[in-house]
Amino acid sequence: MELKEVEKEIFCEVAGVFEIPEGAYNFRVNGKSIGRKSSENIEIKTKKEKSGLDIYIKKGTKNEQVHIPVAISVTGLKEVVYNDFYIGDEAEVTIIAGCGIYNCGGLDALHDGIHRFFVGKKAKIKYIERHYGFGKGPGGKILNPTTEVHLAEGAEAELLMEQIKGVDSTIRKTMADLKDGAKLKVEERLMTHGRQVAESVYEVKLDGVDATATVTSRSIAQDFSRQTFKAKIIGNNKCRGHSECDAIIMDQAQVFAIPSLEAKNVEAELIHEAAIGKIASEQIIKLMTLGLEKKAAEAKIINGFLK
Amino acid sequence: MLELKKIDFWVKEGKSKKKILDDFSLRAKKNELMVITGANGSGKSTLVEIMMGIKKPSNGKVFLNGKDITDLEIFERAKLGISLAFQQPVKFKGLNVYDLLNIAKGELISEQEAEKYLKRVGLLAKKYLFRGVDDKLSGGELKRIEVATILAKNSDVMIFDEPEAGIDLWSFDNLVRIFKKLKTEGKTLIIISHQEKILKLAERILVVEQGKIKILGKPEKVLAKITGEKNGA
Repeated sequence: MELKEVEKEIFCEVAGVFEIPEGAYNFRVNGKSIGRKSSENIEIKTKKEKSGLDIYIKKGTKNEQVHIPVAISVTGLKEVVYNDFYIGDEAEVTIIAGCGIYNCGGLDALHDGIHRFFVGKKAKIKYIERHYGFGKGPGGKILNPTTEVHLAEGAEAELLMEQIKGVDSTIRKTMADLKDGAKLKVEERLMTHGRQVAESVYEVKLDGVDATATVTSRSIAQDFSRQTFKAKIIGNNKCRGHSECDAIIMDQAQVFAIPSLEAKNVEAELIHEAAIGKIASEQIIKLMTLGLEKKAAEAKIINGFLK
Repeated sequence: MLELKKIDFWVKEGKSKKKILDDFSLRAKKNELMVITGANGSGKSTLVEIMMGIKKPSNGKVFLNGKDITDLEIFERAKLGISLAFQQPVKFKGLNVYDLLNIAKGELISEQEAEKYLKRVGLLAKKYLFRGVDDKLSGGELKRIEVATILAKNSDVMIFDEPEAGIDLWSFDNLVRIFKKLKTEGKTLIIISHQEKILKLAERILVVEQGKIKILGKPEKVLAKITGEKNGA
């Protein structure tokens, strides 16, 4: 697997990969798979009808990982990729995805990744997705991930989704439906700067008895950037749902939080919290009394907030 | 030695100005334990905020070991050897106790060293080290963590703004022991307090009233005067 330096940097940033990882993997560079391995329990197949993968994880698989990072280093490349994950009952896996774009040209580079997870009974998945952009060209670095999670009875999904740097425009859509006793936990970390635009949309349907979902978004909007957070939780049964948007706004940025709850059962317990504000001055002062300059104090607070 | 010379501090109140500190001069000697007391709104907290550089005086100068630090920023004073434990500890989203102790120390310290500071303030170190400095901690826990950061910072001049507020009796006794120990370590301690046990630790007590020094002297003299006033003598 031959990689350019920028592609190595992307894989390192988005998937923490410095070398060929253990377990199953598929590395995609500029629209093509450049390295793939299935394992005894995890099979990766190319989709026939459209671009993307079907990934099958056998029932009862334990403590395995799948890496499917994507790198784009060509200006003007635009792709839509469909990846479907079929996770067998009682399997426990970690899926590391993510996409990075290096664009030093004048044309937009775009990756729309549509990931669907069909999680079997009592299976557990941890999904880690990082997005990253760099390159000084005027062409946009655009990433639009769509994540669909279908959780069977007793299944659990933990989604950790980060977009920390360099993505000019993103519309992030996450949809989930949960059956009896299923659990969903989503942690989103987002930072925008310059004139970047980010929209994050969640729709979670708690269909089953005792289904629970927590959606937490922490974001920082700097410079002239603009963020929108929309989270809808629908309680269709005896269930618990909690959404939280916590944003730090700086400079001339704008942040919009639009939480929404729909209780369609008397036993549904749904909560939303949204807080937007600048960095509290007393936090900066406290760190300055411990010896940090103002900029360093702000950086500590921001890094901590997004940690 | 920390010295304030002829400090005035004004705040705007509508179209007029209100004087919070009025021609205030004070010298805390090296290794002195000074306790500042006085009624709410008398100017005590403003006084220590001016020492730390959080507020700039309208007039007057601040000196540390003879060096004029009036125009220095908060972090510059911190680096020169002044620290301040806040009356209301600050909460953070995402910073844990270990992070804060590392920042206070100015370098990455071992977990064992961090635990040492927590133990000194009576916290079960392993339980607290990686807890967020946030709403999930009680007021008393936050207060003790605040003191732990001052111990980690290890400045020559340590200022405490009502350190006893919100902590239980056992922790209060422990705090008194900490102050005694710091005194033996050669620290200069300036403590805002209303607690008799802390007032009795002082070499000098300063009573502030309406932005001025009302009394400054040895504890027995000051306490006798305060008690006499309370009894109508």
